[in-house]
Amino acid sequence: MKNFRKYLSGILAILVSGVIFLVPFAFIILMAIKDKKEASLRSFSLPATTHVWDNFVTVIETRNYMLVTAFINSCILTIVSVTILVIFGAMVGFVLQRQPSKWTRLVNYLVLAGLIIPPAVVPTIWVMQGLGLFKTMTGMILIEVAYGLSFTVLLFRQFVATIPREIDEAAIMDGAGPLRLFFQIILPLLKQVVITVIVVQSVAIFNDFTNPLYYLPGNKNVTVQLTLYNFQSQFNTSYNLLFMNILLITIPPLIIFLFFNRQIVAGLTAGAVKG
Amino acid sequence: MRNSQTLAFFMPGSGCKGRAKLTAATKLMSKSSAKHRMATVYPSWFYVPAGIVFAALFLVPTVASLFFSLTRWTLFDATFIGLDNYAQFFREPFLIQGLVNTLIYGVATSGMKVVIGMLLGVLLTSQIFARDYLRSVIFFPVLVSTVGVGITFTALMHPTQGAINETLGFFGIHGPGWLTDPRYALLSVALVDVWKGVGLATVIYIAGIVSIPQEYYEASEIDGANPFQKFWNITLPLARPATVTVIILSLIGGLRSFDLIWSMTRGGPGFTSDVVASVIYKQYQAGFYGLSTAGNVVLILLVAIIIIPLSAFLNKREVNL
Repeated sequence: MKNFRKYLSGILAILVSGVIFLVPFAFIILMAIKDKKEASLRSFSLPATTHVWDNFVTVIETRNYMLVTAFINSCILTIVSVTILVIFGAMVGFVLQRQPSKWTRLVNYLVLAGLIIPPAVVPTIWVMQGLGLFKTMTGMILIEVAYGLSFTVLLFRQFVATIPREIDEAAIMDGAGPLRLFFQIILPLLKQVVITVIVVQSVAIFNDFTNPLYYLPGNKNVTVQLTLYNFQSQFNTSYNLLFMNILLITIPPLIIFLFFNRQIVAGLTAGAVKG
Repeated sequence: MRNSQTLAFFMPGSGCKGRAKLTAATKLMSKSSAKHRMATVYPSWFYVPAGIVFAALFLVPTVASLFFSLTRWTLFDATFIGLDNYAQFFREPFLIQGLVNTLIYGVATSGMKVVIGMLLGVLLTSQIFARDYLRSVIFFPVLVSTVGVGITFTALMHPTQGAINETLGFFGIHGPGWLTDPRYALLSVALVDVWKGVGLATVIYIAGIVSIPQEYYEASEIDGANPFQKFWNITLPLARPATVTVIILSLIGGLRSFDLIWSMTRGGPGFTSDVVASVIYKQYQAGFYGLSTAGNVVLILLVAIIIIPLSAFLNKREVNL
């Protein structure tokens, strides 16, 4: 009897979750493979004729291969900013946890400020123009680093606390300087949290829409999220292409999800259960 | 305490055993040079690279926003006009509505994420069939592009052609114009926000509920507690850290929210679903940089005024438990 109820509630949960969470994704796929006329009806139905390849090629070729440029740009942006984030964030998290000093309090406050305070947009553009970084990939990378630092430092500080100080001491005894201690001894031991940071921040930066919208305008530097926004007006009547675009830019997060689900959840729930 | 750590540093191994083995040489080493050695092992300059980026692109703009919000500003030249921008912000009805909408949106999304997230958390920590599949399905939208989700739901919520109203129509219900009716537009976007974000709330609750010791449940079973009593008297109070995290995280996210609203309604119809973040963008696009920055300062203050006391309050209660 208890088993029966267990299965019944499970099956019910699968049905409800299927309708609520899977139907929108099914809708994206169905729309992406319809022809233009059928997609314009926006109905949730099986396509009369499928146009996977046609739509794919059209989307890729639109506006002089804009989507390809966008994928390259987004990948550069993601890879470089995440690399910098990991190194800078780990350095701060390491010293912050190991060496209480007059800076510790201040740094802790700044980390909290970075988590809570929404960035001031136009003054940031003003600063970037002053530094010659506005509308450049370098500037965009540094913006993602600045905005992602707080969360990264938080994760690293927590994890560094689990590495025994004896390891530092042993390395020092063997004559390691601070740089060798950090890069050759500590950073490899942080592997687990490094993976978490990489995965969580990659998804966040790859999916970032607002910041490129403000700080990286222009077709040359377009990122994948902005193609969606540009196509939304251009493809006003071509829903099939718009949804093919959505489908294509959902693939990278899907791959990360399939391989790193555990690390993502670990990173996002860190600190939530310390009580 | 710091001294003993400093000393332990120079000893093979550590703790009491090491202390007994202190050599004359280490004893002779002066305290100040030991301190110096420590400082170079954990050098403060490790803060510098991150600090420069953070200061230049986050702190300086934030502080500068206080000044530029008091000016008429073209990015090249700023004229000081005092509090005019703020006066305008609180005079224009559509700007005030943006402020009110931000609060509604933040509270509504946060509230729904707490309730639904907790229920799903309880469900997905119970012995349910296909548990891992359900966890994955609910969490996946968290990782998907917000704009993509916005476009998808805009199509699904179309008043006449959308799948939602067609389904409702099949059951004989006349669905509302989710995004076209001024009364529902903001709440419809909030619902989609919950759809996308509830997976995060759920995994936080799962982590919180799993960390509750089983003994409490076993003891309550001996006392004859029913499932509701177990939830009310054990899960709810002991999952409190998770609740605090979900409330704070989703409030911060909700009050700052821009991309979903922008991709679904552009703040419309009229200004009925405008929030402060979309007002900032609109004023920026229109070239009113001073006004846009004033909006930004309002948003910063709004978030700070709500989040800082709230998290202090929620964390204080936690200690008393």
